[in-house]
Amino acid sequence: MAHGAGGKASRRLVEGLFAPLLFGAASGPLGDAAHLDFDGTKIAITTDSFVVKPLAFPGGSIGELAVNGTVNDLAVSGARAEAMVVTYVLEAGLPTPVLEAEVRAMGNAARKAGVIIAGGDTKVVEHGKADSMYITTTGIGRPIPGVNIDPKSVRPGDKIILSGPIGDHGITILLARGELDLEADLRSDTRSVLPLVEVLAKAAGPGIRWMRDPTRGGVATSLNELARDCRLGIVLSEEQLPMHDAVRGACELLGLDPLHIANEGQFLTVVAPEYAESALNALNLAPGGEEAKIIGEVREPPAGAVLVKTLYGGSRIVDMLVGDPLPRIC
Amino acid sequence: MKFVDEFREPEVITKTAEEIRRLADPDRHYRIMEVCGGHTHAIYRFGLKDLLSSNIELIHGPGCPVCVLPMGRIDDGLSIAQDPNVIFAAFGDMMRVPGTTGSPLEHKARGMDVRIVYSPSDALKLAKNNPDRHVMFFAIGFETTAPSTALTLVRAKEWGLHNFSVFCNHVTIIPAIRAILDSPDMRIDAFIGPGHVSTVIGCRPYEWIAKNEHKPVAVSGFEPLDILQSIVMVLRQLKAEQAMIENQYKRVVPWEGNSAALRAIAEVFELRPYFEWRGLGFISQSALRIKESYAEWDAEKRFVVPGVRVTDPKAAQCGEVLKGVLKPHQCKLFGRECTPEHPIGALMVSSEGSCAAYFNYEHRKTEMVTSISSMA
Repeated sequence: MAHGAGGKASRRLVEGLFAPLLFGAASGPLGDAAHLDFDGTKIAITTDSFVVKPLAFPGGSIGELAVNGTVNDLAVSGARAEAMVVTYVLEAGLPTPVLEAEVRAMGNAARKAGVIIAGGDTKVVEHGKADSMYITTTGIGRPIPGVNIDPKSVRPGDKIILSGPIGDHGITILLARGELDLEADLRSDTRSVLPLVEVLAKAAGPGIRWMRDPTRGGVATSLNELARDCRLGIVLSEEQLPMHDAVRGACELLGLDPLHIANEGQFLTVVAPEYAESALNALNLAPGGEEAKIIGEVREPPAGAVLVKTLYGGSRIVDMLVGDPLPRIC
Repeated sequence: MKFVDEFREPEVITKTAEEIRRLADPDRHYRIMEVCGGHTHAIYRFGLKDLLSSNIELIHGPGCPVCVLPMGRIDDGLSIAQDPNVIFAAFGDMMRVPGTTGSPLEHKARGMDVRIVYSPSDALKLAKNNPDRHVMFFAIGFETTAPSTALTLVRAKEWGLHNFSVFCNHVTIIPAIRAILDSPDMRIDAFIGPGHVSTVIGCRPYEWIAKNEHKPVAVSGFEPLDILQSIVMVLRQLKAEQAMIENQYKRVVPWEGNSAALRAIAEVFELRPYFEWRGLGFISQSALRIKESYAEWDAEKRFVVPGVRVTDPKAAQCGEVLKGVLKPHQCKLFGRECTPEHPIGALMVSSEGSCAAYFNYEHRKTEMVTSISSMA
């Protein structure tokens, strides 16, 4: 199994195994959350498991990630998280203060995001059978009125907006593992993106075609999935990609592509061109959206692919991530 | 970012690209080999090919250590780590390179203790922290990484650390360049010389290429401007019908090399009589082995390895691609049986391998351009 890092292999696993066996042939493109209609009552539901090493890192920890991740999956599907249930899988021997810190972090993140934790479950597995702690959160939410996310509605000429600098989370984790003898003043970007999504919905609701939080596999993987689902091409301008110098430096040093690095507090959206300016202005004025940018647009060719225009008029294709990003040394 | 942005200044890059266009004779076809995989990667990563006219062909050379490593060596290294007491340590570059029964990562998934390290000294630390285990460092690389392996072995000896060994696959660049020049189906006009290797060996070892083979060489850095400037340098030489070694990467590469690094190599390593290169076959005196005085830390001496030669699948044309006779996409397996996810040849594994670079950054672009032009 090489299916962990959220790139091509994960997608194939879901499309090739889970979707046909569990959802039947009728399942459309895979979104971040399912929107269901029970006799006119609409709800959105999603679930996510969190596995991270180390458990705590600059800017956050697993408990906080577990709340924000699920809130964000609902948000980018066009829904406001209302409640969630949580499951902890704990490795025997895990120090109680570590667990307590994560439960506290979860509580704080939930209060901040305005979501109720309505229930949960705990399992303890033998020592050595789990990496300290795994957390699964399942969230339900209410659809945000007037927002309709559908990759099939994406048209050539639509603009792609990114909410802020990329790569902070992935690089922070890489450095926090302490294997690199590299230090940088960098923090995970973990946060709820719901406030920004709501700002966007207010400013450009009918113009929003698609949203996604570029977590594992990074911006490149999310946009490749979009390109495949809408059968259009995505053209990005390298110059416009917001990124902290520390992320850029670490990527240069390790031979990684920032477009493949995970984020936990950003989202991508495709908006109709006539809404692009108002969407961007609204995001830039909102707290935490100051660095949002239009990073590219949808074109007809290269159908199904993501093309990055480099600073000098050259270009390159950026594919989904294959496996984990591995640093190049030699 | 200092030392990076200066070499990516769009205006200067555009000007340099214009100069290349001015220098190149439109009636002539230029074949320039970039020896190093780092250059190959940068050329695709920054879309530099788009800035050159079509009569300048860049040929990707053998300077990707992962790509030229024969499968049998990977099998040998992995066979040592079948012993549950052994920890297999290697650079991330190695992790997806397939052996006959899978890559190190696949072996890890099946239970082998495989660790990614960022330097040989990390592997040594691993041995120090796991005194009841044996740590085997699977060493790869040209003269660039050989000094750090050498210094690690010196330290292991000083510390008297006996649960550590090195499976040495270090190779040297000059014999590979010679093999390519000797190859009958090869026609190269000039070389972009390897930057990192030259920080260690300097520029002198390339002099024969100019003197005997009459081919210009520009030892080059890895930023877009470095590579374009190096192309300017060799084009100028070709225009003037000159052949000499120029050092474009002066900010890092001393003409005489790094004597401390060379001394470390000489202390620990000696030349093997011959070594197999994937795609190029056996090349004499092209690789390093650990000297007798360090035999205790030589995994090949401490462990019994199968040492079986594994030939590449017949249909794979890695050798032709490696020598620049074929473009990656002209190989029969390219993009079908052989992809970065399921690489058959090693050129598809490393992001510095020409096939992977081509696959990731280029080939769908070509498809796209074809589809656009066929629409017109």
